[in-house]
Amino acid sequence: MALSDKDRIFTNLYGLQDWRLPAAQRRGNWDGTAGFLEKGRDWIIEEMKSSGLRGRGGAGFPTGMKWSFMPKQASERPHYLVVNADESEPGTCKDRDIIRHDPHTLIEGCLIAGFAMGAHAGYIYIRGEYYNESRVLDAAIDEAYAAGLLGKNAAGSGWDFDLYVHRGAGAYICGEETALIESLEGKKGMPRLKPPFPAAVGLYGCPTTVNNVETIAVVPTVLRRGAAWFAGFGRPKNSGTKIFCIQGHVNKPCNVEEEMSIPMRELIERHAGGVRGGWDNLMCVIPGGSSTPLLPKHICDDVLMDFDALREHKSGLGTAGVIVMDKSTDIVRAIARLSRFYKHESCGQCTPCREGMGWVSRMMDRMVQGRAEIEEIDVLEEVTRRIEGHTICALADGGVWPVQGLIRHYRPVMEERIAAYKAAHATPPMPMAAE
Amino acid sequence: MSFAQPTHFAFDDSSEAEIAKILAKYPEAKKASGVIPLLYVVQRQMGRSTGSAWVPKVAMDVIAERLGMAPIRVYEVATFYFMFNMKPIGRHHLQLCGTTPCMLRGSDDVMRACHDAAHVQVGQTSADGLFTLTEVECLGACVNAPVLQVDDDYFEDLDYDRTVALIEALKRGEKPTPGSSIGRQTSAPEGGPLTLIDVAGGE
Amino acid sequence: MAKVTVDGIEVEVPNGATVLQACEAAGKEIPRFCYHERLSVAGNCRMCLVEVEKAPKPVASCAYPVADGMVVKTDSPVVRNARRGVMEFLLINHPLDCPICDQGGECDLQDQAVGYGMDHSRYREAKRAVKDKYVGPLIKTIMTRCIQCTRCVRFAAEVAGVPELGATGRGESMEIGTYVEKALTTELSGNLIDICPVGALTSRPYAFVARPWELRKTESIDVQDATGTNIRIDTRGPEVLRILPRINEDVNEEWMADRGRFSFDGLKRKRLDRPWIRVNGGLRQASWPEAFAAIAGKLKGMRGERIGAIAGDLVEAESLFALKALMAKLGSENLDCRTDGAAIDVTRPDFYRFNTTIAGIEEADALLIIGSNPRTEAPVINARIRKRWVAGRFPVGRIGPAGIDLTYGHEHLGEGPEAIRALLDGSHPFMEVLKTAKRPMVLLGRGALMRADGLAVLAAAWEVARQADALREDWHGFNLLHLFGGQVGALALGFLPGAGGQDIGQMLGGGADALWLLGADGVDPATIPAGTFVIYQGHHGDRIAGHADVILPGAAYTEKDGTWLNTEGRVQRGHLAVYPPGEAREDWRIIRAASEALGATLPFDSLAALRDAMALEQGLERRFAADATGPAGDPAAMSGAAFVLPLANYHQADVIARASDVMAQCAATYAAPVPVAAE
Repeated sequence: MALSDKDRIFTNLYGLQDWRLPAAQRRGNWDGTAGFLEKGRDWIIEEMKSSGLRGRGGAGFPTGMKWSFMPKQASERPHYLVVNADESEPGTCKDRDIIRHDPHTLIEGCLIAGFAMGAHAGYIYIRGEYYNESRVLDAAIDEAYAAGLLGKNAAGSGWDFDLYVHRGAGAYICGEETALIESLEGKKGMPRLKPPFPAAVGLYGCPTTVNNVETIAVVPTVLRRGAAWFAGFGRPKNSGTKIFCIQGHVNKPCNVEEEMSIPMRELIERHAGGVRGGWDNLMCVIPGGSSTPLLPKHICDDVLMDFDALREHKSGLGTAGVIVMDKSTDIVRAIARLSRFYKHESCGQCTPCREGMGWVSRMMDRMVQGRAEIEEIDVLEEVTRRIEGHTICALADGGVWPVQGLIRHYRPVMEERIAAYKAAHATPPMPMAAE
Repeated sequence: MSFAQPTHFAFDDSSEAEIAKILAKYPEAKKASGVIPLLYVVQRQMGRSTGSAWVPKVAMDVIAERLGMAPIRVYEVATFYFMFNMKPIGRHHLQLCGTTPCMLRGSDDVMRACHDAAHVQVGQTSADGLFTLTEVECLGACVNAPVLQVDDDYFEDLDYDRTVALIEALKRGEKPTPGSSIGRQTSAPEGGPLTLIDVAGGE
Repeated sequence: MAKVTVDGIEVEVPNGATVLQACEAAGKEIPRFCYHERLSVAGNCRMCLVEVEKAPKPVASCAYPVADGMVVKTDSPVVRNARRGVMEFLLINHPLDCPICDQGGECDLQDQAVGYGMDHSRYREAKRAVKDKYVGPLIKTIMTRCIQCTRCVRFAAEVAGVPELGATGRGESMEIGTYVEKALTTELSGNLIDICPVGALTSRPYAFVARPWELRKTESIDVQDATGTNIRIDTRGPEVLRILPRINEDVNEEWMADRGRFSFDGLKRKRLDRPWIRVNGGLRQASWPEAFAAIAGKLKGMRGERIGAIAGDLVEAESLFALKALMAKLGSENLDCRTDGAAIDVTRPDFYRFNTTIAGIEEADALLIIGSNPRTEAPVINARIRKRWVAGRFPVGRIGPAGIDLTYGHEHLGEGPEAIRALLDGSHPFMEVLKTAKRPMVLLGRGALMRADGLAVLAAAWEVARQADALREDWHGFNLLHLFGGQVGALALGFLPGAGGQDIGQMLGGGADALWLLGADGVDPATIPAGTFVIYQGHHGDRIAGHADVILPGAAYTEKDGTWLNTEGRVQRGHLAVYPPGEAREDWRIIRAASEALGATLPFDSLAALRDAMALEQGLERRFAADATGPAGDPAAMSGAAFVLPLANYHQADVIARASDVMAQCAATYAAPVPVAAE
């Protein structure tokens, strides 16, 4: 019972059609937008709540509730909508397709979301590497202005709404909402201490809500087809459709919009041509982007792709970047490369992350060779525990979880590697660094 | 690599036009928001005028002045974000993603192809000044891995041979078509989409 | 108020307080590196993590606001594990070079390692090394020791107002520095050493000099400007090895200016360490009795009105009081302490004091600066003004030379008296700013009075304050900013011409046959008429000493128990930290001994007796403007000449600094300061 094309929101996901406004309108974008705004903020937020939409940027926070945190009463401080298009989580490339192929679903979503949170201005913060994508988005926004869909009395709704694109410049951390705000303000992307939360003190010190691209882009369709329609997909509390990015050792890597809670195996086999060499050749899957711990095959056999099912297995849906690894994978190296990623992307603010991610990465590099002591696996595990939960933002958590997942499921592989290295380098023992 | 910092920088007309558009996006009192965009403007102008897209120190001072920021705040931003080149680079910037999703699909081979065809090691610029090679972190095109970004464009689904061909084309001064190197429709599965076959609104 | 339970102890703290403050209220010490009371909260070191009930993970107590009913644990396994983790992470890349680190013994990292560190390292990777940075002649950097707490970055940007330090790069490659090599353009740079919790920023002059436990600590007052900064003089044997600020919230908070901190090497150079007398036109070394005999030989029998005494800028109250008493016994009313020629009206204390008080700056809501650059004249007071400015809604106007960077935004109203006139006749809109302010301040620089029309300027500045309604029974907005630690004491003690007495100009204009110069380094030798018998009493052989007939070697401020009044009129005491060199003696004792030789014995023979007679009460009672009547002087008499700032060179502004190699280096480095944008 896979999702049928008529129930897909991103009908131009692959760019088979034109992204420009006329084509987008033929696909249904910008249809009746003013009417939704007419029904008022509360109605929109209620619809979002009952749709069960949870943020698509990784954390899975209920979107309607997030919007409801914005102050109800207008003050002299303007409200801002900020859209997080800093898609940088390894394994994730869904927002890119929305932006380059379906920009008007996003822009329309911005107007609706902006209105719902009392914002007259929105910024889309797009990762700097998506240069061509940002050009498309710029052009689409220009089109929308020209057609009266943005700006004064946007889409004839009576609501003034301006939308701007702001490019990042190569920093994964800017996907963290407060780091993104800092970056947008012209500073280093270093996450802020919370509280205060952005809904109280966000961009330029004003009430701000930061939402992922996919989250905002589904909003118009959810309203058009009704909260119940959206809520009808997936399991309770995990509802809706979702773009999955299936990659790695599959026969045909691809992005696909599917129903939430689809079995992982079905997802991979139906859409990505199955695991290279067959399902039995599967070693493990990172189910939701690099921050989510890997799942060995026996879990993958029947796990469902949603927030709660994956959480039950100490992993997560994250951004739904499904990284498939077959039995040829050097799993230690695959995770070590992620550790290097997090070391590289640590902003450097918090001690445990700045110092700890480098330590973890270097230990992991040795583990790849086996140039370590067996006890150091425990040291590595303990170091990750000393990092986890001790920093301002969740980058460090996401950085150590893959390592913890590796140790949890593949400790014997690490031990074998160490033993093999020892056998090959019988003497002398590894010199200890001076203290 | 040692290099000389220019002693002077001024925005050209095309840059000024861009800056006017950029600064219109932010409240006047918050024009520091323009620092990343202006660093891009500098880098692009340097690429245009010198063939090497980088950010000289004196240009950061010009940005600081323009945005009413302390220069050190511009230095901080420029060195924090990975896309600003703080020293001169080659004519083309080869940025190879080496993160796990690309690694699983053969980025090692692409790296080897860069070494072999562009004659350049990571962090260096080739002797002919054509290529600077950088191993970057996830570029966000994982279902089209492995990915090599050349200047502004993504080249996807690469292997050793296709990477060599790409680099040879660049050497010949050609402008290869970005995107999938095996003719895939963007992020659709190889061989053609399995979904979105029956969608209204097409041309 | 919020009720918070910390480790079972219930405390009440104000709403908006942080968990860290609540913990401290409960008597729980929370370790920290990045947190500093006087800087913005960074929350990055993660050392102060505590457990808050219902919070999903440990919180940074320095940044987390309290809530009523909150339950906090500061000593749970979770907390201990978190702190041990942070310690371990900080130490993996920290060089274990404590034995050669100048911070050793007073290092936060070292101290915390005792509590939370492990006895061995589990780190087997290569340690990080960071290139040292140059940030000026006063600060030595060993950046490999840096723990990236960013206190220095925040101090420079927030307190000093020179956003020149930053953290460039990111992650483990993040480095603190100026990026482009340069000396920090601040007069407060020494404070970076104090706030650095590790040995990354240490004192260059103090490098490898001593260990803290070898030092004797003596409390004193910085006299090299008129702030009255509370200091601690660290000595070993006969040598001053370093000077550090003490906390005094009313005066310097915990900051200190560089000249006061770093010029003490000047206390060892060019010192007068024995008496000298002039014989046959040349100076020769002498014994104390010979010196006193030479004075007695000249002064005995001389008519009192032909004898004069001039006091310098750094002199403590005790010797001023003694010399004034001696002059009275000799029948002389010829006294003056205004070697800079400043026109000052002492008929009321509030005519020459900083009446708003330093702490009171924070209550002010508008400021007019006339003829002063407080940044160089009183850097710590300037930091207080900046603190007020940063808090917002604090318009500042300034009259004086253009192109001055005060480290805070201000409006330049003009260069000379015409701007004051424009305020008084209402033609300049800034007068309206002052008038609408509830607590306006006028800050008049002593430099603005060092001119022929000084009294007129004084009166005009007072009049601005009066018109701005800054002189009220609940506010005093008139302030004179003096330049050195001895100036206000001399004014308060009336070291000025008595009835029928001569002032400095008259004395130097031929009115005196004998002059007793007490630390009067500011007197230009060329202005002393030939044939005048000159007694120089002081600690440095600066330019004036060479012209003396008798030299009496005195004590520098570190070498005596003394009382100084700061620009507010605050009476503070310093203590002898080291003995004066050689034959040199505490100055009041010299004067007391001379009085005996002159047959005019003073009626006190102990410091206690002198102080009883002097009757200067310690401290400061803040007074408001009960009487708005202004000082003598006619505003209309102001000339058109632009104001000139009195300190041409911050690092060479006093006799101690002029003898200091360290200050000479600074003067060379900072010859051409570069202005930067305010932040």
